[in-house]
Amino acid sequence: MSDSQGPIWEVFVQKKAGQPFVHCGSLHAFDKEMALQNARDLYTRRNEGMSLWVVPSAAITASSPEDIGSFFEPANDKVYRHPTFYQIPDAIGHM
Amino acid sequence: MTSQETLYTYTLRLADNALVLGQRLSEWTGHGPFLEEDLALTNIALDTFGTATSLLEYAAKVENKNRDADALAYRRNEREFCNILLVEQTNGDYAKTILRQSFIDAFNILLYTELAKSKDETLAGIAQKAIKEVSYHFRHTSSWVVRFGDGTEESHNKIQDALNELWRFTGELFEMDEVEEALVKQGIAVDAKSFQAKWETQLDELFAKATLKKPETSFMQTGGRKGLHTEHLGYMLSEMQTLPRMLPDAKW
Repeated sequence: MSDSQGPIWEVFVQKKAGQPFVHCGSLHAFDKEMALQNARDLYTRRNEGMSLWVVPSAAITASSPEDIGSFFEPANDKVYRHPTFYQIPDAIGHM
Repeated sequence: MTSQETLYTYTLRLADNALVLGQRLSEWTGHGPFLEEDLALTNIALDTFGTATSLLEYAAKVENKNRDADALAYRRNEREFCNILLVEQTNGDYAKTILRQSFIDAFNILLYTELAKSKDETLAGIAQKAIKEVSYHFRHTSSWVVRFGDGTEESHNKIQDALNELWRFTGELFEMDEVEEALVKQGIAVDAKSFQAKWETQLDELFAKATLKKPETSFMQTGGRKGLHTEHLGYMLSEMQTLPRMLPDAKW
Protein backbone atom coordinates (compact mmCIF):
# COMPACT_ATOMS: atom_id res chain seq x y z
CA MET A 1 0.00 0.00 0.00
CA SER A 2 1.26 3.47 -0.76
CA ASP A 3 -0.20 6.90 -0.01
CA SER A 4 1.13 10.43 0.47
CA GLN A 5 3.15 9.26 3.48
CA GLY A 6 5.15 6.74 1.49
CA PRO A 7 5.09 2.95 1.52
CA ILE A 8 4.99 0.88 4.70
CA TRP A 9 8.08 -0.78 6.15
CA GLU A 10 8.29 -3.49 8.81
CA VAL A 11 10.71 -2.94 11.65
CA PHE A 12 12.77 -5.63 13.39
CA VAL A 13 14.81 -4.88 16.48
CA GLN A 14 17.67 -6.90 17.92
CA LYS A 15 18.03 -6.42 21.63
CA LYS A 16 21.59 -7.71 21.98
CA ALA A 17 24.19 -9.15 19.63
CA GLY A 18 23.44 -12.82 18.94
CA GLN A 19 19.75 -12.59 19.73
CA PRO A 20 17.10 -12.88 17.02
CA PHE A 21 15.61 -9.80 15.38
CA VAL A 22 12.05 -9.43 16.60
CA HIS A 23 9.28 -7.72 14.68
CA CYS A 24 8.13 -4.70 16.65
CA GLY A 25 5.89 -2.71 14.29
CA SER A 26 5.70 -0.79 11.06
CA LEU A 27 6.12 2.73 9.74
CA HIS A 28 5.91 4.97 6.69
CA ALA A 29 8.99 6.10 4.76
CA PHE A 30 9.96 7.04 1.22
CA ASP A 31 13.34 5.31 1.11
CA LYS A 32 15.67 2.98 3.02
CA GLU A 33 17.60 5.67 4.89
CA MET A 34 14.41 7.40 5.98
CA ALA A 35 12.91 4.08 7.05
CA LEU A 36 15.97 3.38 9.19
CA GLN A 37 15.88 6.85 10.77
CA ASN A 38 12.17 6.64 11.46
CA ALA A 39 12.63 3.19 12.99
CA ARG A 40 15.32 4.60 15.26
CA ASP A 41 13.05 7.46 16.35
CA LEU A 42 9.92 5.35 16.79
CA TYR A 43 11.16 2.07 18.22
CA THR A 44 14.56 2.47 19.91
CA ARG A 45 14.21 5.59 22.03
CA ARG A 46 14.17 3.66 25.28
CA ASN A 47 17.13 1.31 24.87
CA GLU A 48 15.05 -1.31 23.09
CA GLY A 49 17.85 -2.45 20.87
CA MET A 50 21.34 -2.45 19.42
CA SER A 51 20.52 -3.18 15.80
CA LEU A 52 17.67 -2.53 13.37
CA TRP A 53 16.29 -4.10 10.22
CA VAL A 54 13.72 -2.39 8.02
CA VAL A 55 12.00 -4.33 5.29
CA PRO A 56 9.46 -3.03 2.75
CA SER A 57 6.14 -4.61 3.71
CA ALA A 58 5.58 -5.38 0.05
CA ALA A 59 8.63 -7.69 0.12
CA ILE A 60 7.01 -9.94 2.70
CA THR A 61 5.00 -12.92 1.52
CA ALA A 62 2.51 -13.96 4.15
CA SER A 63 0.19 -16.89 4.63
CA SER A 64 -3.45 -15.91 4.51
CA PRO A 65 -6.23 -16.70 6.99
CA GLU A 66 -7.72 -19.20 4.51
CA ASP A 67 -4.50 -21.22 4.75
CA ILE A 68 -5.02 -22.03 8.44
CA GLY A 69 -6.72 -25.34 7.73
CA SER A 70 -4.25 -26.80 5.26
CA PHE A 71 -1.15 -25.19 6.72
CA PHE A 72 -1.41 -25.53 10.46
CA GLU A 73 -4.19 -27.85 11.56
CA PRO A 74 -2.58 -31.11 10.39
CA ALA A 75 -0.01 -30.57 13.15
CA ASN A 76 -2.68 -30.63 15.85
CA ASP A 77 -3.12 -34.40 16.13
CA LYS A 78 0.52 -35.41 15.68
CA VAL A 79 1.69 -35.32 19.26
CA TYR A 80 4.53 -37.68 18.36
CA ARG A 81 6.27 -34.74 16.72
CA HIS A 82 6.83 -33.32 20.17
CA PRO A 83 9.68 -35.02 22.00
CA THR A 84 7.56 -35.71 25.09
CA PHE A 85 7.86 -39.51 25.11
CA TYR A 86 11.47 -39.68 26.15
CA GLN A 87 12.69 -40.13 29.70
CA ILE A 88 15.27 -37.45 30.33
CA PRO A 89 17.96 -38.59 32.76
CA ASP A 90 18.09 -36.37 35.86
CA ALA A 91 21.73 -35.58 35.21
CA ILE A 92 20.80 -33.65 32.05
CA GLY A 93 18.52 -31.31 33.95
CA HIS A 94 16.37 -28.80 32.13
CA MET A 95 16.17 -29.18 28.37
CA MET B 1 33.51 42.58 32.61
CA THR B 2 34.67 40.20 35.32
CA SER B 3 35.60 36.68 34.28
CA GLN B 4 32.43 35.47 35.97
CA GLU B 5 30.30 37.84 33.87
CA THR B 6 32.15 36.77 30.74
CA LEU B 7 31.49 33.09 31.40
CA TYR B 8 27.85 33.88 32.23
CA THR B 9 27.35 35.77 28.96
CA TYR B 10 29.02 33.04 26.90
CA THR B 11 26.97 30.28 28.52
CA LEU B 12 23.78 32.29 28.17
CA ARG B 13 24.39 32.83 24.45
CA LEU B 14 24.77 29.09 23.93
CA ALA B 15 21.71 28.47 26.11
CA ASP B 16 19.49 31.01 24.35
CA ASN B 17 20.34 29.56 20.95
CA ALA B 18 19.22 26.13 22.16
CA LEU B 19 16.17 27.39 24.04
CA VAL B 20 14.75 29.55 21.25
CA LEU B 21 15.42 26.89 18.63
CA GLY B 22 13.83 24.20 20.82
CA GLN B 23 10.74 26.36 21.26
CA ARG B 24 10.49 26.96 17.51
CA LEU B 25 10.88 23.26 16.71
CA SER B 26 8.30 22.28 19.29
CA GLU B 27 5.73 24.41 17.45
CA TRP B 28 5.67 21.55 14.92
CA THR B 29 4.61 18.99 17.51
CA GLY B 30 1.34 17.50 16.30
CA HIS B 31 1.59 19.40 13.01
CA GLY B 32 4.39 17.49 11.25
CA PRO B 33 3.90 16.37 7.64
CA PHE B 34 3.21 12.84 8.85
CA LEU B 35 3.38 10.89 12.08
CA GLU B 36 6.92 9.54 11.75
CA GLU B 37 8.42 12.90 10.83
CA ASP B 38 6.40 14.65 13.52
CA LEU B 39 8.03 12.37 16.08
CA ALA B 40 11.48 12.78 14.57
CA LEU B 41 11.33 16.55 14.79
CA THR B 42 9.82 16.45 18.27
CA ASN B 43 12.78 14.24 19.28
CA ILE B 44 15.16 16.85 17.93
CA ALA B 45 13.28 19.57 19.83
CA LEU B 46 13.49 17.53 23.01
CA ASP B 47 17.26 16.99 22.65
CA THR B 48 17.64 20.72 22.04
CA PHE B 49 15.64 21.58 25.16
CA GLY B 50 17.78 19.13 27.13
CA THR B 51 20.93 20.99 26.11
CA ALA B 52 19.20 24.33 26.80
CA THR B 53 18.24 23.20 30.30
CA SER B 54 21.79 22.12 31.19
CA LEU B 55 23.23 25.37 29.84
CA LEU B 56 20.64 27.58 31.58
CA GLU B 57 21.20 25.79 34.87
CA TYR B 58 24.91 26.38 34.53
CA ALA B 59 24.41 30.03 33.51
CA ALA B 60 22.22 30.57 36.58
CA LYS B 61 24.86 28.99 38.78
CA VAL B 62 27.65 31.10 37.30
CA GLU B 63 25.58 34.28 37.61
CA ASN B 64 24.91 33.51 41.27
CA LYS B 65 22.13 36.09 41.63
CA ASN B 66 19.42 33.86 43.00
CA ARG B 67 17.89 33.22 39.58
CA ASP B 68 17.31 29.65 38.45
CA ALA B 69 17.06 28.24 34.91
CA ASP B 70 13.29 28.89 34.82
CA ALA B 71 13.80 32.52 35.80
CA LEU B 72 16.27 32.92 32.95
CA ALA B 73 13.92 31.29 30.46
CA TYR B 74 10.65 32.84 31.56
CA ARG B 75 11.45 36.14 33.26
CA ARG B 76 13.68 37.85 30.76
CA ASN B 77 12.45 40.24 28.10
CA GLU B 78 13.22 40.13 24.40
CA ARG B 79 16.15 42.55 24.61
CA GLU B 80 17.79 40.39 27.27
CA PHE B 81 17.86 37.32 25.00
CA CYS B 82 21.16 36.89 23.20
CA ASN B 83 20.35 34.12 20.70
CA ILE B 84 21.34 34.54 17.08
CA LEU B 85 18.62 35.69 14.67
CA LEU B 86 18.61 32.42 12.69
CA VAL B 87 17.02 30.38 15.48
CA GLU B 88 14.13 32.79 16.06
CA GLN B 89 13.01 32.90 12.42
CA THR B 90 9.52 31.51 11.92
CA ASN B 91 9.22 27.89 10.86
CA GLY B 92 7.61 28.60 7.50
CA ASP B 93 7.05 25.41 5.56
CA TYR B 94 8.78 22.15 6.37
CA ALA B 95 11.58 22.81 3.88
CA LYS B 96 12.49 26.05 5.67
CA THR B 97 12.45 24.43 9.10
CA ILE B 98 14.62 21.57 7.87
CA LEU B 99 17.10 23.84 6.11
CA ARG B 100 17.50 26.10 9.17
CA GLN B 101 18.00 22.99 11.28
CA SER B 102 20.64 21.58 8.93
CA PHE B 103 22.64 24.85 9.17
CA ILE B 104 22.59 24.61 12.94
CA ASP B 105 23.20 20.86 13.14
CA ALA B 106 26.29 21.12 10.93
CA PHE B 107 27.47 24.04 13.06
CA ASN B 108 26.74 22.33 16.37
CA ILE B 109 28.72 19.21 15.46
CA LEU B 110 31.81 21.38 14.95
CA LEU B 111 31.04 23.59 17.96
CA TYR B 112 30.45 20.79 20.45
CA THR B 113 33.43 18.77 19.18
CA GLU B 114 35.63 21.73 20.12
CA LEU B 115 33.71 22.67 23.26
CA ALA B 116 34.09 19.10 24.53
CA LYS B 117 37.79 19.94 24.99
CA SER B 118 37.01 23.08 27.02
CA LYS B 119 38.89 23.68 30.26
CA ASP B 120 35.50 24.41 31.82
CA GLU B 121 34.40 20.93 32.88
CA THR B 122 30.68 21.67 32.91
CA LEU B 123 30.65 23.10 29.39
CA ALA B 124 32.84 20.23 28.20
CA GLY B 125 30.44 17.71 29.76
CA ILE B 126 27.36 19.30 28.18
CA ALA B 127 29.12 19.34 24.81
CA GLN B 128 30.21 15.70 25.03
CA LYS B 129 26.63 14.62 25.65
CA ALA B 130 25.29 16.78 22.82
CA ILE B 131 27.71 15.62 20.09
CA LYS B 132 26.02 12.27 19.50
CA GLU B 133 22.61 13.92 19.46
CA VAL B 134 23.47 16.62 16.96
CA SER B 135 25.32 14.15 14.73
CA TYR B 136 22.10 12.21 14.41
CA HIS B 137 20.10 15.41 13.86
CA PHE B 138 22.36 16.33 10.95
CA ARG B 139 22.03 12.88 9.42
CA HIS B 140 18.27 13.32 9.53
CA THR B 141 18.02 16.93 8.37
CA SER B 142 20.71 16.69 5.67
CA SER B 143 18.97 13.70 4.09
CA TRP B 144 15.78 15.79 4.01
CA VAL B 145 17.61 18.72 2.41
CA VAL B 146 18.71 16.40 -0.42
CA ARG B 147 15.23 14.88 -0.68
CA PHE B 148 13.64 18.33 -1.02
CA GLY B 149 16.30 19.82 -3.28
CA ASP B 150 16.62 16.85 -5.58
CA GLY B 151 12.93 15.96 -5.40
CA THR B 152 10.10 17.49 -7.37
CA GLU B 153 10.15 20.95 -8.93
CA GLU B 154 7.87 22.19 -6.16
CA SER B 155 9.98 20.81 -3.32
CA HIS B 156 13.15 22.14 -4.99
CA ASN B 157 11.66 25.63 -5.28
CA LYS B 158 10.51 25.61 -1.67
CA ILE B 159 13.90 24.77 -0.23
CA GLN B 160 15.71 27.08 -2.66
CA ASP B 161 13.41 29.92 -1.49
CA ALA B 162 14.25 29.01 2.10
CA LEU B 163 17.97 29.10 1.30
CA ASN B 164 17.63 32.53 -0.32
CA GLU B 165 15.78 33.79 2.76
CA LEU B 166 17.86 32.23 5.52
CA TRP B 167 21.42 32.45 4.21
CA ARG B 168 21.86 36.04 5.44
CA PHE B 169 21.38 34.87 9.02
CA THR B 170 24.28 32.40 8.97
CA GLY B 171 27.10 34.94 9.39
CA GLU B 172 26.10 35.45 13.01
CA LEU B 173 26.97 31.83 13.81
CA PHE B 174 30.65 32.75 13.52
CA GLU B 175 30.68 36.18 15.15
CA MET B 176 33.15 36.73 17.95
CA ASP B 177 33.43 39.61 20.36
CA GLU B 178 35.43 40.39 23.51
CA VAL B 179 33.46 37.74 25.45
CA GLU B 180 34.49 34.85 23.21
CA GLU B 181 37.96 36.23 22.64
CA ALA B 182 38.69 36.46 26.37
CA LEU B 183 37.41 32.93 26.97
CA VAL B 184 39.19 31.45 23.95
CA LYS B 185 42.45 32.71 25.48
CA GLN B 186 41.63 30.83 28.68
CA GLY B 187 40.83 27.65 26.75
CA ILE B 188 37.16 27.80 27.77
CA ALA B 189 35.27 29.08 24.73
CA VAL B 190 35.43 27.88 21.15
CA ASP B 191 36.84 29.98 18.32
CA ALA B 192 33.98 29.57 15.84
CA LYS B 193 36.04 31.28 13.11
CA SER B 194 38.45 28.34 13.24
CA PHE B 195 35.90 26.00 11.70
CA GLN B 196 33.92 28.41 9.53
CA ALA B 197 35.63 27.21 6.33
CA LYS B 198 34.93 23.59 7.25
CA TRP B 199 31.25 24.39 7.88
CA GLU B 200 30.96 26.15 4.52
CA THR B 201 32.60 23.24 2.71
CA GLN B 202 30.22 20.76 4.34
CA LEU B 203 27.21 22.84 3.34
CA ASP B 204 28.53 23.41 -0.20
CA GLU B 205 28.76 19.63 -0.55
CA LEU B 206 25.22 19.28 0.76
CA PHE B 207 23.90 21.99 -1.60
CA ALA B 208 25.63 20.29 -4.54
CA LYS B 209 23.95 16.97 -3.70
CA ALA B 210 20.62 18.74 -3.29
CA THR B 211 21.10 20.74 -6.52
CA LEU B 212 20.72 24.00 -4.56
CA LYS B 213 22.35 27.31 -5.34
CA LYS B 214 23.78 29.48 -2.57
CA PRO B 215 22.73 33.14 -2.81
CA GLU B 216 25.47 35.33 -4.22
CA THR B 217 24.98 38.17 -1.75
CA SER B 218 27.54 38.45 1.01
CA PHE B 219 25.32 40.65 3.20
CA MET B 220 24.85 39.18 6.65
CA GLN B 221 22.18 40.25 9.14
CA THR B 222 23.38 40.67 12.72
CA GLY B 223 22.26 41.87 16.15
CA GLY B 224 20.72 38.96 18.05
CA ARG B 225 23.73 38.39 20.27
CA LYS B 226 23.41 41.99 21.46
CA GLY B 227 19.66 41.69 22.07
CA LEU B 228 18.58 43.37 18.83
CA HIS B 229 16.11 40.87 17.41
CA THR B 230 13.82 40.47 14.43
CA GLU B 231 10.12 41.04 15.14
CA HIS B 232 9.53 37.29 15.46
CA LEU B 233 11.19 36.74 18.85
CA GLY B 234 8.79 38.96 20.82
CA TYR B 235 5.74 37.02 19.65
CA MET B 236 7.44 33.73 20.38
CA LEU B 237 8.45 34.77 23.90
CA SER B 238 5.02 36.14 24.73
CA GLU B 239 3.59 32.73 23.97
CA MET B 240 6.38 30.80 25.67
CA GLN B 241 6.27 32.95 28.80
CA THR B 242 2.49 33.37 29.18
CA LEU B 243 1.96 30.94 32.01
CA PRO B 244 4.86 31.94 34.28
CA ARG B 245 4.05 35.60 33.61
CA MET B 246 0.35 35.20 34.52
CA LEU B 247 0.86 32.81 37.41
CA PRO B 248 4.35 33.38 38.81
CA ASP B 249 5.72 30.35 40.67
CA ALA B 250 2.83 28.15 39.53
CA LYS B 251 3.48 24.46 40.22
CA TRP B 252 2.17 21.55 38.18
